Amino acid sequence: MTPLLQVKGLTKTYGRHIGCRDVSFDLFPGEVMGIVGESGSGKSTLLNSMAGHVVPDAGQVIFDTRDAGPRDTRAMSEPERRMLSRTDWAFVHQHARDGLRMGVSAGGNVGERLMAVGARNYGAIRASAIDWLDRVEIRADRIDDRPTTFSGGMQQRLQIARNLVTGPRLVFMDEPTGGLDVSVQARLLDLLRGLVRDMGLSAIIVTHDLAVVRLLADRLMVMKGGDVVETGLTDQVLDDPQHGYTQLLVSSVLQV
Amino acid sequence: MDAMIEISDLTKTFTLHNQGGAVIEVMRDAALSVAPGECVGLVGASGAGKSTLMRMIYGNYLAASGRIIVGDVDVATAAPREILALRRETLGYVSQFLRVVPRVPTLDVVAEPLLALGVPEATAQARAADLLAQLNIPRTLWRLSPTTFSGGEQQRVNIARGFAHDYPALLLDEPTASLDARNRAVVLDLILAAKARGAAIVGIFHDTEARDQVCDRTIDVARFTPGMAA
Amino acid sequence: MSDYNFAYLDEQTKRMIRRAILKGLAIPGYQVPFASREMPMPYGWGTGGVQVSAAVLCPEDTLKVIDQGADDTTNAVSIRRFFERTAQIAVTTATADATVIQTRHRIPEEPLRDGQILVYQVPIPEPLRFLEPRESETRKMHALEEYGLMHVKLYEDISRHGHIATAYAYPVKVADRYVMDPSPIPKFDNPKMEMAAIQLFGAGREQRIYALPPFTRVVSLDFEDHPFVASKADHPCGLCGAQDSYLDEVIVDDAGGRMFVCSDTDYCAGRQVDGHRGSDNKEYAA
Repeated sequence: MTPLLQVKGLTKTYGRHIGCRDVSFDLFPGEVMGIVGESGSGKSTLLNSMAGHVVPDAGQVIFDTRDAGPRDTRAMSEPERRMLSRTDWAFVHQHARDGLRMGVSAGGNVGERLMAVGARNYGAIRASAIDWLDRVEIRADRIDDRPTTFSGGMQQRLQIARNLVTGPRLVFMDEPTGGLDVSVQARLLDLLRGLVRDMGLSAIIVTHDLAVVRLLADRLMVMKGGDVVETGLTDQVLDDPQHGYTQLLVSSVLQV
Repeated sequence: MDAMIEISDLTKTFTLHNQGGAVIEVMRDAALSVAPGECVGLVGASGAGKSTLMRMIYGNYLAASGRIIVGDVDVATAAPREILALRRETLGYVSQFLRVVPRVPTLDVVAEPLLALGVPEATAQARAADLLAQLNIPRTLWRLSPTTFSGGEQQRVNIARGFAHDYPALLLDEPTASLDARNRAVVLDLILAAKARGAAIVGIFHDTEARDQVCDRTIDVARFTPGMAA
Repeated sequence: MSDYNFAYLDEQTKRMIRRAILKGLAIPGYQVPFASREMPMPYGWGTGGVQVSAAVLCPEDTLKVIDQGADDTTNAVSIRRFFERTAQIAVTTATADATVIQTRHRIPEEPLRDGQILVYQVPIPEPLRFLEPRESETRKMHALEEYGLMHVKLYEDISRHGHIATAYAYPVKVADRYVMDPSPIPKFDNPKMEMAAIQLFGAGREQRIYALPPFTRVVSLDFEDHPFVASKADHPCGLCGAQDSYLDEVIVDDAGGRMFVCSDTDYCAGRQVDGHRGSDNKEYAA
């Protein structure tokens, strides 16, 4: 089986400060990987380096493209990489307003990726938008409202719909449940689990919330100071942590 | 007949990095073989390592050395995705605790292992409904999240979930604890039915009557506990 | 002899602008940056158009200037006088007689021909601006031909109004490549842009020039199920009776009385000379 994503020796430094160092792993289709660590551990730098938002200093991010098989996305031309990030990749930001167009209606937000890949039938775009709003549990009669009129949880669900409408195969998520109420988080987690299962998505989720990764992620990667200190099955890493830092991390939170 | 679960030379240590790097050896040279259709009960004093052994079979605890063959996978050395596939298709686990996403209806919680296997939603839900009915969970609760249920109800939801798919191998951690006589009988029937269809089962039963009823033999894990062995 | 260099701008500046124009013609629809000069008029009054006109004018040219189709509005009159004074060139109000026509917000009704140049005054050259404010990002979008956002704007129109309500500055894709703002002309004029004359667009404040060579393909963006329609007020001209020209609505009294008249004054006057009459034309209506 070909991994959907192969990361090899990915390194990003900011001057003398290390963002992430020599990170390597394979992600297979349908797998959800969590990346945990405290603030400054390099998990967001790693995520942004993989997603092409920052340019890494070294390493490869090899994606199994539909047309040409595994290709190093860093060696792709910018148009190719941007096309990838609009079609087979998706990125869910922690703050919905970073991932949404706040001046555009919910329907327009969901339809943008479709129009970006050439959809030119208003009725069909709108039907897709309604379908996706329904899947993320936003009522169809909110389709023409702007996200500014939505609650935080709704905005986050809209961001997810906007990202998944083109049927991506890999979703990057940066603290997707951060800043939401606990009950809203639960709803979002349930939604994400269902979508991952039904669409066969692979996902990489950065979070500092161990409860979130326990429920969402199959595999876990623990980062500290830019290094990956431990990887493994999520429940194994959380229940039988091997590295001292992971043990500290797990023992520092309330029972998850 | 070939064993479904075959454990040999299994060792487990815990290294407590934040307590001066203390290394605690909790299991040494564990061995166990379970054939299809066989139910083996783990016995031993509290703290002897019954749950530890079971968690290691499930891949939840990492083995220090040794082999844990389940089907054709060595859990002790397998990659995470191999263990995930094993858990999805081959190896079921009924733990003592129900861990679910809040807000998800009970019916969906029970049907989930089947959905993960690609079973159509209607079929999966029908199977889930059948199990919940057998285990006497009132139909009015099926649309509610089990997080608000009583301990006994949660335990039965957990059992229903564990038996939704016909796993060739099953791990049962105190499946009859905190159940009344009627439900206990239902669970024992489910276990016997699983045996009858050829499932290899490893269980922990404090309830000796239940153990006698379903287990073909028992293993005293104290044999594997350094410092506790006779 | 005037105290100014011919057509106000110094020759080096005109050369710089001509280079920008040539580049613009070579890459239809591409916004070429240029070093826009301070002109003796405020931004928003056509500083871009004036600089482009100044750069293309020759002593033998005949200039026409229109504002919203009219030759006799303040803006049109002052720019026309500006070039009369600084270039001593011939001026006209007749579309057919002009070699260079500077316009704000209209294309003349009479078809333009080979040898004519139409210069547009452009307030905001970037069609993606209102949805993506970052110039760095819009330039990248042009470079990579990522124009989905333009349709988001049209989508928003339909979802809000039931139809594409954008009535002017209606976005077009030119030569199958660049999406371009046609300046705030009514969308009625969009189909005329595939014309025999050269079209030049100047944005003074934004320091951009872009251009269309003759007969460049110009497609107004739309949806399959909401196609582009070049609409106009559903009336004939009250003065000349024209059915096919773009109309201004004029309020004629305090009681809500109104009439529709051609926005292209030269076109309307020409028709009246030819004997055409509209229903509101009291002087001649008999």
